[in-house]
Amino acid sequence: MEKLIAGLLLLLVLALPARAQDAFTTALPGLAGGFSEAAAAVEQLGASADPRALPVLRAMAEGRLQKTPEGALRVPQGDGFVDPATGQPADAAGAETVRLNNRVRQALRGALGQLQIISPDAGERLAAAEGVFRSRSAANVPLLEAALAKETVPRIREQMELALAASQLVGTEAEGKRSAIARLGSAGTTEARALLIEARIANPDMATAIDVSLAAIEQTLAIRRAAETLFQGLSLGSVLLLAALGLAVTFGVMGVINMAHGEFVMLGAYATFMVQEACRGIPWLAPWSLPLAVPAAFLLAAAAGAILERGLIRHLYGRPLETLLMTFGVGMILQQAVRSIFGAQNREVTSPAWMQGTMMLPGGIAVTQNRMWIIVFGIAVLLLVIAAIRYTRFGLEMRAVVQNRRIAATMGIRTGRVDALTFAFGSGIAGMAGVALSQIDNVSPNLGTGYIIDSFMVVVFGGVGSLAGTLVGALTLGVVNKVLEPYAGAVLAKVFVLVAIMLFIQRRPRGLFALKGRAAES
Amino acid sequence: MSASLAAPAPAGAGRMTLRLVLIGAMLVLAMLPVLNRLPPDSALHVSDFIVSITGKWITYAILALAIDLAWGYAGILSLGHGAFFALGGYAIGMHLMRLIGPRGVYGHPTLPDFMVFLGYRELPWYWLGFEHFPFAILMAMAVPGLLAGVVGYLAFRSRITGVYLSIITQAMTYALMLAFFRNDMGFGGNNGFTDFKELLGMPLNTPSARSTLFYASLLLLLGSLWVCGRVTRSKLGRVLVAIRDAESRTRFLGYDVTQHKLFVFVLSAMIAGLAGALYVPQVGIINPGEFSPGNSIEAVIWVAVGGRGTLVGALLGAFSVNALKTWLTTVAPDLWLFALGGLFVAVTLFLPRGLIGLFQKERR
Amino acid sequence: MSATELAAGAPHPPRGQAVPDAVLYLDGVSVVFDGFRALNNLSLIVEAGELRAIIGPNGAGKTTMMDVITGKTRPTAGVVRFHDHDLTRLDEATIANLGIGRKFQKPTMFDALTVFENLELALKAPRGPFSCLRWVLDRTSRQKIESTMAEVGLTARAHDRAGVLSHGQRQWLEIGMLLMQDPELLLVDEPVAGMTDQETEHTAALLVRIAGARSVVVVEHDLEFVRALGSKVTVLCEGSMLSEGSIDHVQNDPRVIEVYLGR
Repeated sequence: MEKLIAGLLLLLVLALPARAQDAFTTALPGLAGGFSEAAAAVEQLGASADPRALPVLRAMAEGRLQKTPEGALRVPQGDGFVDPATGQPADAAGAETVRLNNRVRQALRGALGQLQIISPDAGERLAAAEGVFRSRSAANVPLLEAALAKETVPRIREQMELALAASQLVGTEAEGKRSAIARLGSAGTTEARALLIEARIANPDMATAIDVSLAAIEQTLAIRRAAETLFQGLSLGSVLLLAALGLAVTFGVMGVINMAHGEFVMLGAYATFMVQEACRGIPWLAPWSLPLAVPAAFLLAAAAGAILERGLIRHLYGRPLETLLMTFGVGMILQQAVRSIFGAQNREVTSPAWMQGTMMLPGGIAVTQNRMWIIVFGIAVLLLVIAAIRYTRFGLEMRAVVQNRRIAATMGIRTGRVDALTFAFGSGIAGMAGVALSQIDNVSPNLGTGYIIDSFMVVVFGGVGSLAGTLVGALTLGVVNKVLEPYAGAVLAKVFVLVAIMLFIQRRPRGLFALKGRAAES
Repeated sequence: MSASLAAPAPAGAGRMTLRLVLIGAMLVLAMLPVLNRLPPDSALHVSDFIVSITGKWITYAILALAIDLAWGYAGILSLGHGAFFALGGYAIGMHLMRLIGPRGVYGHPTLPDFMVFLGYRELPWYWLGFEHFPFAILMAMAVPGLLAGVVGYLAFRSRITGVYLSIITQAMTYALMLAFFRNDMGFGGNNGFTDFKELLGMPLNTPSARSTLFYASLLLLLGSLWVCGRVTRSKLGRVLVAIRDAESRTRFLGYDVTQHKLFVFVLSAMIAGLAGALYVPQVGIINPGEFSPGNSIEAVIWVAVGGRGTLVGALLGAFSVNALKTWLTTVAPDLWLFALGGLFVAVTLFLPRGLIGLFQKERR
Repeated sequence: MSATELAAGAPHPPRGQAVPDAVLYLDGVSVVFDGFRALNNLSLIVEAGELRAIIGPNGAGKTTMMDVITGKTRPTAGVVRFHDHDLTRLDEATIANLGIGRKFQKPTMFDALTVFENLELALKAPRGPFSCLRWVLDRTSRQKIESTMAEVGLTARAHDRAGVLSHGQRQWLEIGMLLMQDPELLLVDEPVAGMTDQETEHTAALLVRIAGARSVVVVEHDLEFVRALGSKVTVLCEGSMLSEGSIDHVQNDPRVIEVYLGR
């Protein structure tokens, strides 16, 4: 990318008619001199605002600038070299790299910033404005003012204004300082805060204005922190939502308590691992193994669920406590089986490139991509579940069986089949949750145990049998957990939440336990 | 819960046989430490291992009894009884830690090693009094009882029953486990308490200490059996069965269900706490792992295997499942979890009345 | 209760003021489930020693009315009093201990316990856990249980579990339990369903005998049985009182005829 820009710039330089004996030509040879001479030359070139200087200085900063024994400069260009003074290809026989020391490097940083800030490339200008903001020297004020006069991109203008304010703040002009203080107050960043705190010591006469600005920054930062906490909470909430949605179907709708639910989540995570391994050998497929794992995990967990329901659970309908114990045993067997097959150690599921990294939302709120995707995935699965229950034939039959089994049977609905499908559906959702969890947690045989209690809490808290309740419950628990964490630590936050749910149930036992299922009269 | 699950009271002759078998089993247990003192080459010699593991199982059996009282009779399936057991264990553990005194690694006169390590200046207030044995024993009952009282009151008052109650109690032990894992709780964090030296002036890990603890456990088992029997045979026992089978109907008869359930839940938690207090000196360690939800549910399966709703069933289950566990984890460790999981499935599907149910069927 | 509801009740006698001699006093009671009015401004007064029959088609609100009186369901609006006690604020157990006994439409008892034990649990005695733990069955109590068993014809089955009884026997056992409670007010929901004609007659006679010392409210479909009771009859329909009076009076009431036969 940078090379391309450099090349473009060079073309631009070549197109320009050479100006004889301008600042650029005068200062250029100095680069080949001693360290202090070179530093002076770099500063002059920076102040020249000449676009030709940029590729030269950049090459120098990157340690690519060559110097012939005669003292002529050579900039590497493609396979050959060019002479920066003429812009023509030139021979670089016997040339050696121009060496730098810290003094020169510092000068280079400032000069590059000065030059880049008038670069035709928007990205460069933005980066330069940020660089100038950090270097903050009163000398940059005229440069920034000139750049601002021409700048039209709002985002760059904003950054330039901040850089100008930072530069003015260390200057001597009182009027400039005042406007700088006001401008920095609206920036709302920790850097601006640091600058102001520094300036407060240096300028006791402006303490009041600085304090006002500092307060404004604190407020912005607090809002941003709150937004980031909210995001983390929503992200944890969607993890809980994913884990609890399957329960909302099997426990909430069918009234079957399945303690092996967490193990179905675990199966989903291992399905993700297996799909990833299968795709590893096929390069064009490998980045898409995660989306492929979603149906695979669903089917694997759904099949396990169907077998569990038909084979065991249906014999225990109407006996919820026995079902609880039996499914706990099934969970143990599943865990041990996976441990025997895959080993007890963690299996790694890598995130595809498009899910890695951090994303900046407006207002400077940083969010990690994979958490973002989990929120999206959680909402998608929720919509899928709602759609399946509301708009499909299967959903209709399921609701009919839940409301009145005997009448549903007399209408020709095969209730046994509906039971199996419903349970498989709920289990399959658990499998899909496993795909998401494989991205943020260790894929190990006891992956599910950490989520099962929380999931039940979500369903119980949100209201058994209500998908909207599950959504609200999951997001509330997620956010409350994350809000409490800075004060109480992750573990105590969890303990508080559990206690809070118990107390909440005191106030709303009926609302939360309005169970419409077979376990209603347990 | 369907009527067929409730075990009928054994008929007169059957009850007699049962009682004789029980007395016989207790006598055999009581003989074990004596046989341990025989010379090793004697045919009747019983190894140290057998004595210590049986002592441990006796405390498990008491825990099973406590669970059975709540579940088998009052229908309260607690998946958090391991927490009461562990709290009792921590209470006695605190006493044992105080008794170490200056013999710790850091040689501090009052502070246990982990506190010195964590930079404590003085004992936290809640450690005060634990240097006295009677206080520790009192706490081993009072703390689980209080916890059961608070949790039970909140849950029973809101008419949280069945699986909801089970989940709440599971969350309770889970929350306690998380809390006890923390160093700043002042309970030794991850490592818990260990390296105990003595109890009541007698050095632990000696044959005499082993047999004393063994007999103490056996006495507690007999005492708990008597208390549970007293409760279940009284009218209160019948009220509990009534609550178990038709809670709402019991209310319409004028019984305050919350009070009755709370009584049995608190009593059960206190028995479990005492069992934990005898368990810890025998195994020589207590750590937050004892709070893990898996432990509680494993104890529930002892009762299910033995046969809930009969006190003898709880004992039978605790001994047989633990014997199986000890044997299987030695010969085929990987198989144990399969076997335990299979036990959950088999008992709930095929043996709803447990092993005791088998005998009862034969007798009819 | 909101102010508007209070205002709406103004034409009735002042609320909360029990009518002299009234054991049970319901005024303006409404119960709304999800928009469905199970009871609609129902008022009812049962006097001391009165035997009252309540009839009405399915869904008239008979069982809901019993649920409201016994504390199972909280009314959306209205006054429910037993002597001076506001029943809308008390729980089931407290209400039962005040002296209101109930027999359910579907006979409900404790299947794992014997007939004798069921009656023992119902016997009027201190109900707390510690009292139950200390409870010893004395001679008077035993005689009471035995005479009740004789009354309801279950002496031979005293030590059989309730779960193995026939439907009719379960009806009798529950009536027996009601008698053991010795309540001041008995709410009896469909006592003769599943009984032979002879048993029905016996039950009617029993209820007539009980009333006098106590108040009895009987819900029943069987009009012959209601006639045998010879009591005042209240007809419920769609949650409200439709007609009240003697059995002949209500049977000739055109509105009652319309509800039962018309449409």
